[in-house]
Amino acid sequence: MKQVTIKLHEIAHARAGDKGNRLNISVIAYSIDAWPFLLEQVTAARVEELFKHRGASRVARYELPNLHALNFVIDDVLEGGVNSGLALDTHGKTNSFRLLGLTLFVPINLTLRTAKNTNMPWCQPVPVEA
Amino acid sequence: MTSTFLIGSGAGFSGDRVDAPQSVVAAIAASGKPGAIIFETLAERTLALGHVARAINPEKGYEPLLEEFLPPILAQCYQHKIAIISNFGAANPRAAAKLVRRIAAECGCPELSIAVVEGDDIRDSIDLSKSQVWEGDAGLIGNADEIIAANVYLGARAIADALTAGANVVITGRVADPALVVGPLVAHFGWDWKDWDKIASATLVGHLLECGSQVSGGYFADPGYKDVPAMENIGFPIAEVSQEGDIVITKAAGTGGCVNAMTVKEQILYELHDPANYLTPDVVLDITQVTIEEIGLDRVRVTGAKGKQRPLTLKATVNFPGDWLGEAEISYAGPNAFARARLAADTICKRLQMRGLTVRKRLDFIGAMCVFDSDAGSLDDAERGNPQEVRMRLAVSSEVKSDIDKSLQEVLALYCCGPAGGGGVRSRVQSRIRTVSYLVPRDLVSPSFFFEEIPA
Repeated sequence: MKQVTIKLHEIAHARAGDKGNRLNISVIAYSIDAWPFLLEQVTAARVEELFKHRGASRVARYELPNLHALNFVIDDVLEGGVNSGLALDTHGKTNSFRLLGLTLFVPINLTLRTAKNTNMPWCQPVPVEA
Repeated sequence: MTSTFLIGSGAGFSGDRVDAPQSVVAAIAASGKPGAIIFETLAERTLALGHVARAINPEKGYEPLLEEFLPPILAQCYQHKIAIISNFGAANPRAAAKLVRRIAAECGCPELSIAVVEGDDIRDSIDLSKSQVWEGDAGLIGNADEIIAANVYLGARAIADALTAGANVVITGRVADPALVVGPLVAHFGWDWKDWDKIASATLVGHLLECGSQVSGGYFADPGYKDVPAMENIGFPIAEVSQEGDIVITKAAGTGGCVNAMTVKEQILYELHDPANYLTPDVVLDITQVTIEEIGLDRVRVTGAKGKQRPLTLKATVNFPGDWLGEAEISYAGPNAFARARLAADTICKRLQMRGLTVRKRLDFIGAMCVFDSDAGSLDDAERGNPQEVRMRLAVSSEVKSDIDKSLQEVLALYCCGPAGGGGVRSRVQSRIRTVSYLVPRDLVSPSFFFEEIPA
């Protein structure tokens, strides 16, 4: 089966929220077909890698199969958060889209979200060799 | 007899759209069913700011937008027996009650029954040395001599009691956000407080409604991926709840926004950590068995909330004076813009060093993925790209305000002494409030309510 690389953004949506210096990001598959690829490839280790440069000390991943969703809880990533952070986004709310920038390998026939969007140039998968 | 209770959201944070409650109230009234509307307007810092305002003026300290939220809907709510439950009392629920009394008189319902819930303010009784710091704030230190405010998250019982006693409006200070919904549902259906699954269902409704439009198309749109109709007129959510605790999330017909499986899933997981253990004062909510089903246009059924016995401790937010935060920015655009912005940042670093300004600092390149960067600027350069417009931002913090002012002035000086083509300098300084969360024993807290007097 030919594989393509896509951004997680093509097959999932996400929302981030903060509590103190702790960030949670939900990642939700658009379709049941996409769910196994989230489970397999959006691992706690990869998420930690994405936020290591900001001091993430621990990443917990919770699986919600009923919702086709993962919930990540990332500790110590907000560099002080709203209490003492210097960043523009002290809440870390923009980070849902950092996570959606993750690259996944999926079969070329995986249906991306909904048909109405597949003619949009920025949604086209980039083919690579398997 | 089984009836459906409608509960809507009129605001999801302090600063929400002031005209949002109108379509919610109109829809509940038109349904002919019993109902209530909540306003959740109290964040951790909002409450601290309220305490600061109250210290200056004893008649202030409540939600500043109260006078805009209520007048358009109050008479209709009273007429249709739609209860209003809100934490817009903030640091001064009694003063808020007086204001609501005045608004009620102006709206032609002077006999409105207004209840005030108290007991959340534990500033005089909390002993920090005997209180455990909440695990998410581990490492933060609070000085007992510096407490600005200490408020515990109350549960829903006093709210339910006030409604049962006939309140049209219930004004609280700090309560757990879902409690605004749990109170009216328990009051209406008469659920046992130890029927954990029912309390869990009510808490889930509260969790879904507490951020207002975030479950009905707000904070959701991603053009081409998740499109939202008429965002300028998003209908705030309404939950239809049955005696059995069945939940349907919907919104008023004819409004913008959308309620679908995606919006509901995003909000279920919003600010939630362990999905099997969402701690609230009234129940520990487990959402791992929850299922979502679209049953019609803008109608989503939510089932499967499970509850466990409520926690032994309550969470309290304690506010302390923080540091000063200063920010200053300058823009560069066109050829070589990023290089000129980097030179500006480098120059600022050298100037702060030359002047011996020992502030904590961070430099950002707005337009070059800076929100994903660290204070140290350690984001991979490949992620930044080569933007043709960059806004260089200096952020500094210190206990010493004059050091902040001097640091920001160096950005202003880039107008003449910095790289070519810099423009649009803006700067601002603000004082900050620190919060530390503690777990306190329940016996420290005694929630109660009283009715604001009706003038003769």
